Amino acid sequence: MTRATLARLFAAIVVLTVVIAVPMTQIHWDGTQASSQADQIDTLLNVMIVLSSFVFAVVLVMLGYCIWKYRAKPGDESDGEPIHGNTKLEVAWTVIPTVIVLFGAIYSWIVLGDIETKAADALPVNVTAQQYKWTFNYPLPNGQSVSSNKLVVPSGRQLDLHLTSLDVIHSFWVPEWRIKRDLVPAGEGGNDIDNTVRVTPDRLGTYNVVCTELCGFGHATMRALVQVVPSDQFASWLAKQPRVKPQAGTATGSSTGSPSEYSNGSPTGGP
Amino acid sequence: MVAALKRPGLGRAALGGLLGFGFGYGLVVVLRLISGLPATQTAQTGYPQLIVGMITAAFGFLIGLGAFDYWFRWAAGAPTYPAELEHKAHGAHSWRDYFKFNTDHKVIGIQYICTTFVFFFIGGAMAMIMRTELAQPGTQIVEPGTFNSLFSAHAAIMIFVFVIPVFAGIANYVLPLMIGAPDMAFPRLNALSFWMLPIAGLLFVGSFLAPGGGFDAGWTGYAPLSTGAPLGQSFFNLGVQFAGASSVATALNFLVTIITMRAPGMNFWRLPLLVWANLSTSLLVVAATPFIAGVQFMVLFDRLLHTNFFQELNGGDVLSYQHIFWFYSHPAVYIMMLPGFGIVSEVISTHARKPIFGYRLMALALIGIIVLSYTVWAHHMFVSGMFAWLRIPMMITTLLIAVPTGIKIFSWLATLFGSKLHLRSTAMLFALGFIVTFTIGGISGVMLGMVPIDIHVSDTYFIVAHIHFVLFGGSVFTIFAGIYHWFPKMTGRMYDERLGRVHFWLTLVGMLGTFVPMHWIGMEGMPRRVADYSAQFGDWNLLISCFSFLLGAAQLIFLYNMIVSWKWGPLAGDNPWRARTIEWLVSSPPPIFNFDQIPRVVGGPYEYGVPGARHAILGPAEAEVGAAEPAVAGSAGTGPT
Ligand code: HEM
Ligand SMILES: [Cu+2]
Ligand SMILES: [Cu+2]
Repeated sequence: MTRATLARLFAAIVVLTVVIAVPMTQIHWDGTQASSQADQIDTLLNVMIVLSSFVFAVVLVMLGYCIWKYRAKPGDESDGEPIHGNTKLEVAWTVIPTVIVLFGAIYSWIVLGDIETKAADALPVNVTAQQYKWTFNYPLPNGQSVSSNKLVVPSGRQLDLHLTSLDVIHSFWVPEWRIKRDLVPAGEGGNDIDNTVRVTPDRLGTYNVVCTELCGFGHATMRALVQVVPSDQFASWLAKQPRVKPQAGTATGSSTGSPSEYSNGSPTGGP
Repeated sequence: MVAALKRPGLGRAALGGLLGFGFGYGLVVVLRLISGLPATQTAQTGYPQLIVGMITAAFGFLIGLGAFDYWFRWAAGAPTYPAELEHKAHGAHSWRDYFKFNTDHKVIGIQYICTTFVFFFIGGAMAMIMRTELAQPGTQIVEPGTFNSLFSAHAAIMIFVFVIPVFAGIANYVLPLMIGAPDMAFPRLNALSFWMLPIAGLLFVGSFLAPGGGFDAGWTGYAPLSTGAPLGQSFFNLGVQFAGASSVATALNFLVTIITMRAPGMNFWRLPLLVWANLSTSLLVVAATPFIAGVQFMVLFDRLLHTNFFQELNGGDVLSYQHIFWFYSHPAVYIMMLPGFGIVSEVISTHARKPIFGYRLMALALIGIIVLSYTVWAHHMFVSGMFAWLRIPMMITTLLIAVPTGIKIFSWLATLFGSKLHLRSTAMLFALGFIVTFTIGGISGVMLGMVPIDIHVSDTYFIVAHIHFVLFGGSVFTIFAGIYHWFPKMTGRMYDERLGRVHFWLTLVGMLGTFVPMHWIGMEGMPRRVADYSAQFGDWNLLISCFSFLLGAAQLIFLYNMIVSWKWGPLAGDNPWRARTIEWLVSSPPPIFNFDQIPRVVGGPYEYGVPGARHAILGPAEAEVGAAEPAVAGSAGTGPT
């Protein structure tokens, strides 16, 4: 292959990379950003989209070039050149991808550290899931708490969400916040489950909590409303809610028995 | 009639199944009565009488079929085989032999392929029902509970009784031929492995008849949803046992065959890459599969025996299910991909008329993949609430797997450089198409490996897109490549290339149209495993459903082409692709015992373009012309300049 061909191929790869990457990064695939974590995650995603577009362009251009250039003429039944390998090339395509993925790993590690840093004034909320509903419980300084079936939160303040499930595994996801974590039935402080997830909503509006872990026939519609409001409005909302006395378990009015006659986690039968 | 029931065969197998079921059922009832319990138990996680009955029915079926006849006779000290039966159980003399217990690897290969494709179409039909339901938001044709059973069965069928075993079937047929062996090392075990497969498939499909409906906790069957689910779940737990036992036995068989039955001269650096791929796959299967077998037993025991492995309120641990499950199921994704890598290597070098670029590095990359694949399982659990620190090492190893995988892709591309590329074979189209679609799947895989991205897209349609790019665009494309490539060898006839091309292009377009948009709706907020979704995703889903119907219809073309060509296709000749590996040196289809004379291997498998080079020689009479072995190593040779 001549230098000129090589240069042309490289140019084609660059052009294709741009053609794929530009529209792909311009469209906000992830949708609205409504938390201070979302931006970093989306940036990471965009960096990956650009790198991936490059890799994909290399593959497409090389494949296209070979098909165009080396397609056998009809009737040509001879063999190709007996090239068995090329150490330099093989080293190159082992080392370069290694560097790229290690870069990705370190970058992700940094982002992960950032989005999970705990803020001093984080607002604790206990989230309890059961087939097929959500309960949000706000502990108050006086030992009482407020319970709600929608998640009302102040904008700009970090939430420290403590997640529990009363039956099977569910998963807490607010797409606009980019944050997701399973709610595992683990009993009180049980079994070393990492049940705390942090997120800082920073955009006023109404969103949905979506359950993303299959939890039974009601899984698809297991949603709860999220309202992100200015902090003074949050304070007055909280003040207006009825207080509940503290009790074992995080959810109010939770039944420890089976919440539905369907699959309730533990096996049902006697012997 | 009575005579027919005494002879080994499907008739006696059916009888054996019935008797077995009666025995198991009766045993439980009697034991319960002795213990002073009600005769039967019908709590949704119970039904011990049915479950024991199903296990004994399966064994009754196998015994009736004749799977154990030889071993029973041997154990009893009787003559192991009545002389007149010897040859009836080996090799196909009429189509009826395909419905019997047969020890010929070629018959077993075809039995595997046909059976698994039946399940492919059943699983595909379930996909069509799901896509019909999903074409519009809201509930139209199936209830949410049924929908859950549909995607659970769809995935279980596709994975356990299609992709994994169809590769075992293809390798069963071609691998012994490729290494110059007369058969597999353990032919009876081989036949037994095959016959466990329909049992698994029937359990998956039959679960829909169980009270409470089919299993509906997904193919992942996470506890405690699965431990509390209705009876159908137990069908899944049992089906996995049979599919798993079948694949472990086959893997052992492959290992022993590859290690001990290579023809003279076939050293490891002369093995075709398909053989390398199955060697690596088998190493994964034997070590990983026991984990899923174990964990499904634990679920079954939790359900039936109240063992409380995963019951948090009784001292169990919910997350341990996921760890054990993925300790198998991540390696399983390579179990479903490596044999395909092998197929693609064969097809590409044959139709590019070139040696595989960097053969040794290709083989080593396979080994790299299997080693790494044991160290990444928890990337499926980044949001599970597991020990948080574990996410980092798992992320790094996950991303590193992209390196050996990339080596494979780049080496295939480099193989095309300076080639004489022929696109006339549909096999080659699927192999090249695979490079594109699998790269997309690999790229989304790398993104999923990065914890912050995975936190957002895990358990969304992005995952559904990724799964299908690697399983459909990856595994299934290579399966089609393999079927088209060896169809002439297996049947002696040629398929219709024109229909093949139509099949390829419709499949490619259908697959891109179906699965590309799924990435987008996933990122935007559509969760996975839902029968209903918010109206904003309606248009995309309608489009996806339309493309998926195209994709489904395209597979009917394949079916038609295969059936008609098998019966009426033009004769293919021994070596229609002018390939070099040993299976092409014998007739199509090969003789019952493969070789009249053991072949001698004198060079590498892909020495296209090397003057005078040969891979193998049949028969000692022939002079070893040009037996000098050319360089095979990836290190020697010239670059594609
Ligand atoms: C005609 C082509 C296919 C279509 C239209 C299709 C469609 C679907 C649909 C609609 C789902 C359910 C997604 C959800 O609700 O989460 C699904 C899940 C799945 N499919 Fe397919 N599928 C096809 C082929 C395949 C093949 C060939 C395989 C494997 C080799 C496969 C493996 C899976 C797996 C593993 C799941 C995940 C199920 C789960 O979440 O438990 N599919 N597919
Ligand atoms: Cu759910
Ligand atoms: Cu994995």
